[in-house]
Amino acid sequence: MKNTFKTLLAIVAFIATTAFTPVGTGYDIGDIATDFKLENIDGKMVSMADFKDAKGFIVVFTCNTCPYAVAYEDRVEALNKKYADKGYPVIAIMPNNTDVKPGDNMAAMKARAKAKGFTFPYLMDKGQKIYPQYGATKTPHVYVLEKTKKGPLVKYIGAIDDNYKDASAVTKTYVEDAVDALLVGKEVPEAKTRAIGCSIKV
Amino acid sequence: MKHMALIITIVLMSFGNGTSQINYFEETHLNRPDNSLKVFNFEELQSYLSTKDAKKTYVINFWATWCAPCVKELPYFEQLNAKYSNHNVEVILVSLDFPKQIETKLKPFLKKNALKSEVVVLDDVDSNTWIPKVNKNWSGAIPATLIYNKDKKAFYERSFNYQELETEVKQFIK
Repeated sequence: MKNTFKTLLAIVAFIATTAFTPVGTGYDIGDIATDFKLENIDGKMVSMADFKDAKGFIVVFTCNTCPYAVAYEDRVEALNKKYADKGYPVIAIMPNNTDVKPGDNMAAMKARAKAKGFTFPYLMDKGQKIYPQYGATKTPHVYVLEKTKKGPLVKYIGAIDDNYKDASAVTKTYVEDAVDALLVGKEVPEAKTRAIGCSIKV
Repeated sequence: MKHMALIITIVLMSFGNGTSQINYFEETHLNRPDNSLKVFNFEELQSYLSTKDAKKTYVINFWATWCAPCVKELPYFEQLNAKYSNHNVEVILVSLDFPKQIETKLKPFLKKNALKSEVVVLDDVDSNTWIPKVNKNWSGAIPATLIYNKDKKAFYERSFNYQELETEVKQFIK
């Protein structure tokens, strides 16, 4: 009887926390982002703290299975090629529950990274602890962070650019504009943008 | 792009009928009464919705065939549309499928599932401009649903089951 009650209580608590988690929580511009320690496709654990020489980071919540994420994967690779040496490497994090989306499991992530020749870390948000802290809701969802003494400062949240269909028809390169501004010590011109994406699978 | 295809079609047609190329463009780009699907940019979608019946409550669901939670909740929207049509409630399903997959994915999906609710396609890459016009708090994740009538409006960035959806809609029709 006592056990049944405990189980019930646990269920109620679970429903309460999952059903009423307000949408739109997470980081805003100017917040300090949390570091993480997540498994990379090469089996090693990766944290922002490992990048001693970085000036900041382009954190991209992305996955294998979302068509929008797939449409952007070459552009994410291009961002890393352009900015890693300048001090802003890409760190990609796969936030989906892999029981719901087996196509996003570690084996699939490895295969995709190999096929596409990703040069950036592609990390598994195991246990889905990190994306809610950032407030990511979809893939792809980008956070540009600037390293400061207090920690990684959130400087940009949103889309990669303004044309998911055609990279050659892009008119606004939001992430590049943000990083370019940070590299010369200027304010990010457009700090928050929005795009359609696949909801993160819980 | 659409204009280009139309121009090519017209040019080809002016050279006479019957080649396979002409048939190809007719199949893919010209609306046929039996197989028509409205494709809008955001402005066109807005003006289309503004022509609708002001006495009705509209349930606008943003979805795509590639979005698993969207596809899962489609039957609930269908059920709602059927049950509440005599209560002046109308469901419109706004597909965000990629334009190049309209023929290969969306149309076969619609045919297979025989959806009764009206389906339109929203093709507008400048999402940073139009997403906040739907709702200022929408992050852009789908599924997302907008319910409105002349008196009120509500937006939901979430999935629904049938009961939850019905509960929300009931608040619009009392």
